[in-house]
Amino acid sequence: MRFAAGFVAACCVVGAASGGAVRAQDSIPSSLTGAKGDPVRGRAIVTNRQLGLCLLCHSGPFPEERFQGNLAPDLAGAGKRWSEGQLRLRIVDSSRITPTTIMPAYHRTDGLVRVAPAWRGKPVLNAEQIEDVVAFLTTLKD
Amino acid sequence: MSGRAPHLLAALSVIALAGATFAGEIPMTERRSGYDFLSRETRAMQDDDTANPGMLAVLEGGALWARKTGAAGRACADCHGDAGASMKGVAARYPAFDATLKRPVNLEQRINRCRADRQQAPPLAYESRELLALTAYVARQSRGLPIDVAFGGRTQPFLDNGRAAFYRRQGQLNLACSQCHDDNWGRRLAGNVIPQAHPTGYPVYRLEWQGLGSLQRRLRNCLVGIRAESYEYGAPELVELELFLMWRARGMAIETPGVRP
Ligand code: HEC
Ligand code: HEC
Repeated sequence: MRFAAGFVAACCVVGAASGGAVRAQDSIPSSLTGAKGDPVRGRAIVTNRQLGLCLLCHSGPFPEERFQGNLAPDLAGAGKRWSEGQLRLRIVDSSRITPTTIMPAYHRTDGLVRVAPAWRGKPVLNAEQIEDVVAFLTTLKD
Repeated sequence: MSGRAPHLLAALSVIALAGATFAGEIPMTERRSGYDFLSRETRAMQDDDTANPGMLAVLEGGALWARKTGAAGRACADCHGDAGASMKGVAARYPAFDATLKRPVNLEQRINRCRADRQQAPPLAYESRELLALTAYVARQSRGLPIDVAFGGRTQPFLDNGRAAFYRRQGQLNLACSQCHDDNWGRRLAGNVIPQAHPTGYPVYRLEWQGLGSLQRRLRNCLVGIRAESYEYGAPELVELELFLMWRARGMAIETPGVRP
């Protein structure tokens, strides 16, 4: 699968550069599509309750959104706390940082059980959508 | 292997389970019914029989209880008499082991067994108005009584399956029931307060459904929410989850008909 190949390759590049596997696991430095995402589309995905689902758990700087969750940190300032690569890894598969996290892996299809037929074999977000979300999150500087 | 070893293993595993606590399991003293998370208005609606929309189904269930039906031409009341006496505490003990099927059945399934065996009537469909009404009527007779399902012995493997399902991450969102209901109850999932998932009020009148629904309907909703494969109504897996939820809520009071958002 293309995204998996890209993911493994990215890890190896960082691993080689920093000389340590531990650091490599905190980031996916390069774009999954090779292109930059669109922050406007990314914002729409984040606030969409059928697509991004982010506001089920997170709150954030979205004054127009009435019902925001409080199971997870506020997204405001995420782009200041984390680099683009760190954000990408957190959306692609947060469990690589915290195995017990409740945050779904948005771009992983293996290791899942009893997935409903309509979603089977599909990641929650495709590579383009991941890049859009990452591009948007990097704009959340305060 | 010697003849004694399996016995010993079985005994040990019973002890281990009896003492087992899972990370995040809610201490007995902190358990709270879904009722406690309701707004004041919704609580008032549940408390007042004249305002509780679930009471309409209870009344309808009372009429069905007394109506002769099926090839046998018998009513529930012909065998069980006054439900206020004969059905008191029954819902608090279900799912219960069925000796013929050799597995636990829930209250709806028990009612349909009576229809088949004693009334010679066709089964009522899950979530049909009649089955919900009869279930609500029977469960209403246990209102205020503590949940007291049998566990250990022959129900133990089914309870264990239900427990395993509750703690298993599943679906595209890879969430376990426990991650919301043990670990994050009281917090908000978007606009909804996450309750502890106690089955105290079922069948409930759910405002979102604008109608009555069974516990299995609620479980299926949560499974769909995490994008997991669902189960057919009446599936053994759902009954096992029900059994585990009842055990988890042991000692808590039945509230049927509950009202939920
Ligand atoms: C089911 C809950 C859930 C959903 C849905 C969810 N997250 Fe998270 N997220 C968490 C939790 C909990 C954390 C805290 C760290 C951890 O436990 O992994 C987190 C952490 C994060 C972080 C890093 C924390 C920080 O300091 O800002 C970012 C960024 C993030 N999530 C973005 C998103 C985005 C974007 C989406 C949707 C595309 C999303 N999350 C969907 C639960 C969730
Ligand atoms: C992502 C979070 C989440 C997960 C995972 C989840 N639920 Fe729920 N559950 C909820 C929310 C939120 C509600 C309340 C909805 C409402 O307000 O009507 C709820 C309600 C319930 C209720 C009703 C409680 C009452 O007071 O009537 C039961 C029972 C329940 N869930 C069981 C389960 C089981 C069993 C599973 C696993 C198969 C599960 N849930 C998975 C979020 C979740």
